[in-house]
Parts: sequence; structure tokens; C-alpha cells
Amino acid sequence: MKTLVIGVIGSDCHAVGNKILDHAFTQAGFNVVNIGVLSPQEDFINAAIETSADAIIVSSLYGHGEIDCRGLREKCDEAGLKGILMYVGGNLVVGKQNWEEVHARFKEMGFDKVYAPGTSPEITIADLKVDLKVED
Amino acid sequence: MELDSYLLIDFGSTYTKLTAVDIESEEIIATAKDITTIENDIMIGFDNAFEKLQYQLKGKEVNFVKKLACSSAAGGLKMVAIGLVPELTAEAAKRAALGAGARVLNVYSYDLTLKEIEEIKNSKLDIILLAGGTDGGNKDCIIHNAKMLAESGIKLPIVVAGNKVAVDTVDKILSDADMFYKITDNVMPKLNVLNVEPAREEIRKIFMEKIVEAKGMKKAEDYTSGILMPTPAAVLKAARALSQGTDKEEGLGDLVVVDIGGATTDVHSLADGEPSKPGVTLRGLEEPFAKRTVEGDLGMRYSAVALWEAATTRKIQKYLNDKTINVEANCRYRAENIRMVPKTAEEIKFDEAMAKAATELALERHVGVLETLYTPCGVIYSQVGKDLLEVKYLIGTGGVLVHSENPASILKAGAFDETNPTYLKPQNPECLLDRTYILSAMGLLAEEYPDMAVRIMKKYLVKVN
Repeated sequence: MKTLVIGVIGSDCHAVGNKILDHAFTQAGFNVVNIGVLSPQEDFINAAIETSADAIIVSSLYGHGEIDCRGLREKCDEAGLKGILMYVGGNLVVGKQNWEEVHARFKEMGFDKVYAPGTSPEITIADLKVDLKVED
Repeated sequence: MELDSYLLIDFGSTYTKLTAVDIESEEIIATAKDITTIENDIMIGFDNAFEKLQYQLKGKEVNFVKKLACSSAAGGLKMVAIGLVPELTAEAAKRAALGAGARVLNVYSYDLTLKEIEEIKNSKLDIILLAGGTDGGNKDCIIHNAKMLAESGIKLPIVVAGNKVAVDTVDKILSDADMFYKITDNVMPKLNVLNVEPAREEIRKIFMEKIVEAKGMKKAEDYTSGILMPTPAAVLKAARALSQGTDKEEGLGDLVVVDIGGATTDVHSLADGEPSKPGVTLRGLEEPFAKRTVEGDLGMRYSAVALWEAATTRKIQKYLNDKTINVEANCRYRAENIRMVPKTAEEIKFDEAMAKAATELALERHVGVLETLYTPCGVIYSQVGKDLLEVKYLIGTGGVLVHSENPASILKAGAFDETNPTYLKPQNPECLLDRTYILSAMGLLAEEYPDMAVRIMKKYLVKVN
């Protein structure tokens, strides 16, 4: 079973989506380590280290995710998690912005997949199974 | 008529304390103490104390049916905790060791280095607690550290309480190196979930089977039915029984014990510590129901200078209500005269001010903290640690409290402070005093007569205002 660390980053307390993802990923056969809301970058990393996670899935709902996510890839590199799979999704920016630009910015920060608002968990699950080479 | 009694012994770091309990009438019939003689023969100190006890029992026919002991002599139970991430398994291992009544000399994280191994070799340790990785999580660290320990030539008992998937490998590494070790459940089996009781139990067993004898206390062991646990573990056990109750006796509910000693101030909280107000998010590694913290820089004599440094002159002067007193000089004097017994009114007053500062700081460091976050979602409250606002009882023990004329005022220094509202200290606790100095003895008695131990504590812990 592959292990995922999931959580809501920064000063963001939106909890419902986090619970939905926990449930969906668990049903899909993943070992979900849910660090919950209000999580700083360090909590994602510490959890990934202790549980030997295969992927880190960051959620951000309140529109300020860019600042919260900046530096996470570098911290993972420092922490011995070089190359760990990192996905991000939710409501990544505030206000109406060009999605292509947002997507590009987050990819540049080191995320392997960047999801637009309203992405269903099924899509993420399918992508995870491909990236983590999980057989169905 | 013969009084069937238990003799409960605490081989303390400074004093050997005896408590005689009549198990028929459930009364403390005598207490006595004398200086602990660990250097040559521990039983000399015991005999001196016992003579005093016999004197008090003159005229009574006492039959000691059983003798139980605890000990913090010879430096107490000294341990190091080794884990992976400092805030996670290393912290969990530390909490397990503290709750076992140990002095945690150091906490190590990630892969051990040769320098750290040297450090471990040079500290006069008793037991090593090795953790790392959640179950099914990181294996490499605990296996690496087991190898380092096996190759180092360190011949100390090890309690292995880490990733269960790594256990077979660790088992082989340690057994091939002829080490003495015990394997038990992971102190952090899942992220942020604490499971310290199995590790605490293994530590206690090793303490009884190996450490006691190693500290030259075999004679004491032979005289009694065994030195069952380190003294702080006995205090925690008594507090737990009093809080949760036993088979027949109702408990008092959530409570906090403050033990102000010459070298350290210990705080024990028996409470789940869940948020008491709505809308608070609990974060971080779970804290144990029975939580013990030890402040090695807050003490009345040995650590008096450290206390001054931690508290500052201002704080102690505030408690003295007198800015003219030379705080530093008074603290230095006490650190250099650790057997000092306060005689003059000034000395007593200074001791009380020190005790208040120690209580305030020790509670501050022990309790949980509430953080107010201003977020786009509005104001959110995030809590790390235990919420002890609603704790009903604050129990004091230790020489300065027991001999004070106003112990409640010392204990109340540890209560909730409006000027520092983020520290979730008890808001309105009832203050109880361990006037007869029986907590550790009751922890021992609870091993065999838990209901009686609770009844006796309810009788002898005195309400103070």
C-alpha cells in the first residue's frame, strides 16, 4: 500500500474538503496520513519522514496557497525527501486569474501535479496510481 | 493486639523516607526520614530512619506484613531517548521515558553520529529507549541506530519501541551483539498518536530487574519485596489512581500535582486536556493522559541559581513584594548550602517567593498553549498541548510546600493568569496539600491495595486555602 500525506496548508482551516479527500483516497486503497488543517510545511515533511510516505498532497482553499507552498520542494530536498511526489489543489489563488499562469507558477515551485478548483478526487486518484505505479 | 502494617520506603536522592500504614484501620501510623546513604551501604540510612520510626511506634505492636520501596537514589533512573523526527518519535520517546519516572539526559533525533554515540557512552546512563518511524513507516533510521549502538560497545539495556516493521532486523542486530534489550509496542504507532504505556512498563521492569542492583541497592532489594519503581513513577501512579479512581473508589477527576524539590520541580497532570472551549483546533503530537514534566532548572537549593536565572530578579522580587532584597545573593547561598533549612522570617519568605516562581514557570512549561490565528477564515484558535483550564484539583508536595504556612498561595501561583491567557493553566482549582508527604508511598500501596490507597489519599490530602 502506498502512503500519502494529506493536509491543508498555512492558516487555512477549511476542514470539509480534507475529510472528503481522506475518505476518497482511503477507499481507493491508499494508506492516508492526514495531518489536518492549519498545517505548516514542516508538518507535511515531518509526517512524510516518519511514515516513509510516497507522496505529499497539499490542499489550499482560502486563496493564499502560493505563499504557503513556496519553498516546500526545497525543504523536501533538504529533509532527505528528494524527488518525493508532490501534488497541490483546491482554490490556489484569490480572485480571477489566468489558470494557465497559476498552473505554471506552481509547477515551477516543484509540484508534480497542480489541480484547478473543482477537480474531483477521482482524477487525482487516477494520476496517483499512474505516478506511483499502482496496479489496479 | 498486633497492627498489620505495610512499610513503604522511598530511597530518595537526599532522604530515605519511611511510611508505616496500618492496613486494617487504613491509617498512617508513623513517618520518619534520614539521609540516604548511597555511597557505601544504603541500609545504613534506612536503619537510621527505621530507628526513628520504631520510636514513634513505641507501645504499639506493629507487624510489617510487607515492605515496598521506590527509589530515586544514585541519581535516579537516567535515560536517553532516541527517535527520528524531533517533534514526533523523538518527542514520543521522551514522553514515555519521563512518564516512567526517568531523568531524560538527552533526546536524539535522526541517524546517530559517532559523536553522539561517544556522548551516550560518557553519560552514566541506565537505560536507552530506541524509537523511530511509525508502524509501516520509516525503517532506515531505527535500523541504522540499532547498528550504531550494537557496534559501539555500549553495554546498556535498550528498550526498543519503534516501527514494528523494523523489529525483526533490530532484534537480530542487537542479539548478534549480545546486548540486553526488550522489544515492545511503538511509542508512536501512527502519526501524532501516542502509545507510551507499553514502553513505560518495560522500562519499569528493567529498572526492577537490573538497575536497582547495578546501583548497589541489592541489600535494600533483599530486605523488601522489591524496589518496584523510580520514585517519580510512584508519584505518577498515586496521582493516576486518585484521579481515575479504582475498582471500588471514585476518583477526583482531572488533577495536577506539583512537586517542588531541591533540584527540580515536577508537574504531573492527569487529564485528557481536550479543548474546553468550542471552535479550537487541536494540533501536534498527542499528549499522554498521565503526563510528567521535569524542570531541572527550577529547584529550591541545588538549582537555586538556575531558578533565579530562569525566573529573573524582577519576578522573584514581585513575589517578595520587596525590591530591596538581594535575590541573586540569596539564591547563590542556597545553591551552596543545599541542606539549609529556613529559620528566620526572611529566609522563609524568600523560600516561599522562590517556590511561587518555580510553580508559575513549571506550570507554564507543562500546560498547553492556545494560539490565536487571524486568517482569511476569521479568527481561529489552535491549541498545542493540554487544556487544563477546567482542572479541579491542584495538589502540592515537596518540602517547601509541606512546611509552608501558606501553601495555597504557592500553589495558586501556578493557576491561570489573565495577563498570560495563552497558557492553559487551571483557572479555579481547589488546592490540596500532601501534608504527610505520602504520595510516593501511596503509589507503592496502590500496587497491592489500590482502593485503600485512594481512600487514604482522600483522607490525608488536606484542603488548603
